Amino acid sequence: MQSARLAVDIGGTFTDLALEHAGRRSTAKVLTTPAAPERGVMEGVRAILRAASLSPGDISIVVHGTTLATNALIERKGARTALVTTQGFRDVLAMGNESRYDQYDLNIVLPEPLVPRYLRLPVPERLDNTGRVLRPLDEAAVRALAPLFQRESVQSIAIGFLHSFVNPAHERRARDILAEALPEIPVSLSSDVSPEMREWERFSTTAANAYVQPLMAGYLRRLETDLHREGVAAPVFLMLSGGGLTTIETACRFPIRLVESGPAGGAIFAAHIARESGLPSVLSFDMGGTTAKVCLIDEFRPQTSRTFEVARIGRFRKGSGLPLRIPVIEMVEIGAGGGSLAHVDALGRIAVGPESAGADPGPACYGRGGTKPAVTDANLVLGRYDPEKFAGGSMALDAAASRTALAAHVGEPLKLAPEMAALGVIEMVDENMANAARVHAIESGKTYAGRTMIAFGGGGPVHGYRVAEKIGIDRVLIPSGAGVGSAIGFLRAPVGYEVVRSLYQRFSTFDVGAVNALLDAMVAEADGIVAQGSFGAPTRQGRIAFMRYVGQGHEIPVALPARTLTQGDVPAIRAEYDAQYSRFYDRPVPGSDVEILSYAVTVATMADAPDSVAVNTQSATATPARTQTVRDTASGEATEWAVFDRASLAPGATLYGPAIVAEDETSTLVGPGWTARIDGRGYIDLTRGGA
Amino acid sequence: MSLAEIQRQVMWNRLIAVVEEQAQTMIRTAFSTTVREAGDLSAGIFDLQGRMLAQAVTGTPGHVNSMMESVGHFLKKFPAETMKAGDHYITNDPWLGTGHLHDLTVVTPAFRLGKMVGLFANTAHVIDVGGLGFGPEGRSVFEEGMYIPIVKCFDQGKPNETFFDIVRAGSRLPVELEGDIFSLCTCNEEGARRLVQMLDEFALDGLEPLADFIFENSLRATLAEIAKLPRGTFSGDISSDGYDEPVTLRASLTILPDAIEVDFAGTSGLSGRGINVPAAYTRAYGSFGIKVVVAPDIPNNWASLLPFRFTIPEGCILNAPRPYPVSVRHVIGHLVPDLIMGCLHQAVPDRVTAEGSSSLWNPPLRGGSSVSGQARGNWPVLPDFEIITFNSGGTGARPTLDGLSATAFPSGVRTMPVEATENVAPVIFWRKELRPDSAGAGRTRGGFGQIMEIAGKGDLEFAVNAVFDRVANAPRGRDDGADGAAGEVLQKSGKTLRTKGFQVIPDGERLLLNLPGGGGMGAPVTRDPALVARDVRDGLVSVASARDDYRVVIGTDGEVDAAATAILRG
Repeated sequence: MQSARLAVDIGGTFTDLALEHAGRRSTAKVLTTPAAPERGVMEGVRAILRAASLSPGDISIVVHGTTLATNALIERKGARTALVTTQGFRDVLAMGNESRYDQYDLNIVLPEPLVPRYLRLPVPERLDNTGRVLRPLDEAAVRALAPLFQRESVQSIAIGFLHSFVNPAHERRARDILAEALPEIPVSLSSDVSPEMREWERFSTTAANAYVQPLMAGYLRRLETDLHREGVAAPVFLMLSGGGLTTIETACRFPIRLVESGPAGGAIFAAHIARESGLPSVLSFDMGGTTAKVCLIDEFRPQTSRTFEVARIGRFRKGSGLPLRIPVIEMVEIGAGGGSLAHVDALGRIAVGPESAGADPGPACYGRGGTKPAVTDANLVLGRYDPEKFAGGSMALDAAASRTALAAHVGEPLKLAPEMAALGVIEMVDENMANAARVHAIESGKTYAGRTMIAFGGGGPVHGYRVAEKIGIDRVLIPSGAGVGSAIGFLRAPVGYEVVRSLYQRFSTFDVGAVNALLDAMVAEADGIVAQGSFGAPTRQGRIAFMRYVGQGHEIPVALPARTLTQGDVPAIRAEYDAQYSRFYDRPVPGSDVEILSYAVTVATMADAPDSVAVNTQSATATPARTQTVRDTASGEATEWAVFDRASLAPGATLYGPAIVAEDETSTLVGPGWTARIDGRGYIDLTRGGA
Repeated sequence: MSLAEIQRQVMWNRLIAVVEEQAQTMIRTAFSTTVREAGDLSAGIFDLQGRMLAQAVTGTPGHVNSMMESVGHFLKKFPAETMKAGDHYITNDPWLGTGHLHDLTVVTPAFRLGKMVGLFANTAHVIDVGGLGFGPEGRSVFEEGMYIPIVKCFDQGKPNETFFDIVRAGSRLPVELEGDIFSLCTCNEEGARRLVQMLDEFALDGLEPLADFIFENSLRATLAEIAKLPRGTFSGDISSDGYDEPVTLRASLTILPDAIEVDFAGTSGLSGRGINVPAAYTRAYGSFGIKVVVAPDIPNNWASLLPFRFTIPEGCILNAPRPYPVSVRHVIGHLVPDLIMGCLHQAVPDRVTAEGSSSLWNPPLRGGSSVSGQARGNWPVLPDFEIITFNSGGTGARPTLDGLSATAFPSGVRTMPVEATENVAPVIFWRKELRPDSAGAGRTRGGFGQIMEIAGKGDLEFAVNAVFDRVANAPRGRDDGADGAAGEVLQKSGKTLRTKGFQVIPDGERLLLNLPGGGGMGAPVTRDPALVARDVRDGLVSVASARDDYRVVIGTDGEVDAAATAILRG
């Protein structure tokens, strides 16, 4: 048996596969088969094995990520789900935070809860904030729900009681009663799925888990069977939204943790590039056809968060989706991609996105009937693409159609020549991405000073340098293999699991014993899950306390030592908190106690050590293949830019902007004042203002 | 249009992002739940003349142009040429800020290369500033809390210790209050830092050319929207329960070719209690009411608000002079957009909503020794606490959509999780869910209100400083839509409580709040019966209401009885 590693990433349109074996990589792309996604996967597996001349038995591990759970939530194609909840709180899912995500739009529509009111069923029970029982669980009332669930053909049940994250006894008892009466219906407990304070987020996450569970469990079991039948005996791991891998067992219990696993793979990919290149402070910038995603990566780990919003209905508007409280790789998704459409708004301003031309009809230059100008059209009119060589020459672009579309929808209303309209579109989309990235940094308490951007996706290398200029980044790295970055990222992800628990304490009365007991239990839980897939590989442990000044609303993560804490550790933890706080907010607040709300424990296998590559100090010559007239978006000047073929550039080759490095999948723009150098791995290393 | 103009567009977007960063910094660092959980704040950037260039999208409309006017007052007392880098100025003067002592406004100059280039301002609602506490009981502003005139809280980066000493001593929550002031200064500094970066990037010496561009385009766009409206004068009224007697607000709104003028003549006189509204707050919600109908997509700034003019007679409740009490001015102020929409309904009926619950139902709760005295003997009392939670009834029906249930409008605040509230105060919320049969019937119905049942932990006594409205005056429907259900303020055992004022909920009792529903729009008999059946199935509309209000007969199977419905509807 050979030791081949296979990654499979199911997206909305395509299923991407990557296979690594003996230092070589093969990739494949097949159409996604939404009705039975395992069919597309199997087709792809056969194709990639054929291409690599390997047999199913040669595969030693399969890593899988999928948008199925996300799509089920967006398209509302999940199970018929019921929610059993505390009497008096039937409408937590419907009331949300009682606010409007747009203050000035009288006609906003809020997302419908995943569970309709007639299936949100209250039962008498109540705990207080310490977990003490104020009102015992009415077991007869729970039992009485079973016939109703049968009558209503309920396929999945969520249970969410107030304060259950402190004391799960009522939820567990209710589950046992229902499991006895309805053994075939899966039950999700809020105290298992998302054991953290804030009832709306916790219930929403639990309902979403229940909603996608039958679908996901069914699919994963079928996939497992089909792979075995095909002769793939290797274990299958699932990519989690938090960036780790887990087993099919765990994925079937907590399928909500699989949402957004594709983008998570992209971030892991960037993190791996960062580690290879020794870059401890990175911004990953992944710009595709409809959206751009940015993610902060420090010390080779993507920033993670515990909150996320899925299925936004208000065009990427924050607050218009369903809140999920699960470990996720935190990224901002902006409605800005190559297909994003430009128009002029009521104030005579150029606006770009979030509407997208998609793949069909696509930008005007595709010549498939699109008449509205997309970002790709604007790039083409500025001379940033060679119409003959786009997508490796497989698709000739119609620049005249781009000019016509830009003239009609942007140029004429603003009395601008098509070139200037194109410039306006690109400046605006770059500005939008930069603004979103800036606000994201603020929300994360981070800065861009000294950061390197890793740009990938079809649009990342094109727009990277200019977005970097706008947010104050002076170095951009363009890796190779960017087209299937997510799938490659899957192969770099550790087997890991994150457990989060709430335990409220003030620092002045920090109870070391209670914290150690909690952390030990969390480590045991995470270890147990990871052991199913790590096969004895060494693991690392991360422990984090989420702390804030008493009275504040946002916590700062503070790393704890991965061992039993002693009283002697307490001052150091406090000092670390103050240091972290003043790093972001200038000054600590005098006289305030600090409170700890929750803890996170991550157990994961070690990331693969990157192959060492000799540092390349030699220089190689770079000879331009041709020149192209390009209009610079900062100065507005049109000049001749040298065009280099990426394939012809050897490590050490250095070239000076303005220039373009062209390849089949995309083009890297080297802006005026930037220098590009091909590093030892063949990555393009852009630096601003010098070599 | 040239490259320079494209760049000005880019910079305009940048400024909006800069003030958004300013607001997000405040939310991340603030201490008061009112700011960090509820979002009762605003943030903006101003030119050296005190004209607002951009305002953060995050925030609440009550500060729209009240904060904007405020910056002018700061500049009057501390002229721009006297300001230094690292200075922060503060006030909570209701007449120089945003209408009550609980709103702190901080103004910070931004410097680049030693030259002042702009000002950042923000406003936030803090939990406690001493005095009687948040509520209507004050008989003058002096009883309502500490009064901070416009002063420097930081002088070239150094805290004004005298100021902070006084502030700490005057609040029940000194740590939170001081922390909040730090937060407000930090967020302005963040804005200033971003502004300087932007000017560096675009090699600009100041904001003047950009200001002209923003103002010119905003004004032109706003005027274009006004020009689309039918001309004329339209009038309306709306009633509040008042403190001890009903209050009626009246307006006549005139659409001119280049402006919209609102005259509040005929509005009731001042109240002896803290429901009076300073004029700046009236203008804020008046502008919001117009803007949301006429020009919702145009960003807020000095010029986009310029064509909206207000005449507010002296001595009326919407133009309270100092030192009238104004603590809970939102109760009346939140009705102003509904009043404006009542006028605009006659001009553009398909662009306004029916009346909603509108006034927030924020019960300020207090427990412990300051309710009926210290614990003694075997008489236990709760530990001292002071909290407020933000809650909303239903919004008015919209021309093509139902109203939103339990959702804030016009206010932009959010509610807090019950689990979080119960972690900061010894209270138990026994119930917080939608209120069936509270939505005003209509072709489109109003949003449903909610029911809240609140007890002290262990059923011990606590007090509520009631500030509730739309109990005697239910939200009205439009175009033959029915009114929403009126609010109710009760003890669990049934005793009716006053809608305004400090009242003790004794041991063993609970506070029961039934929040109003929104008014309906269009005749209820024209509503799609399937939608009525859906609400019946959800337990939100009773079978009786379906029959009596909508003339829809729901069979025992839960489905519409089409034949019987047809007969009933005639």
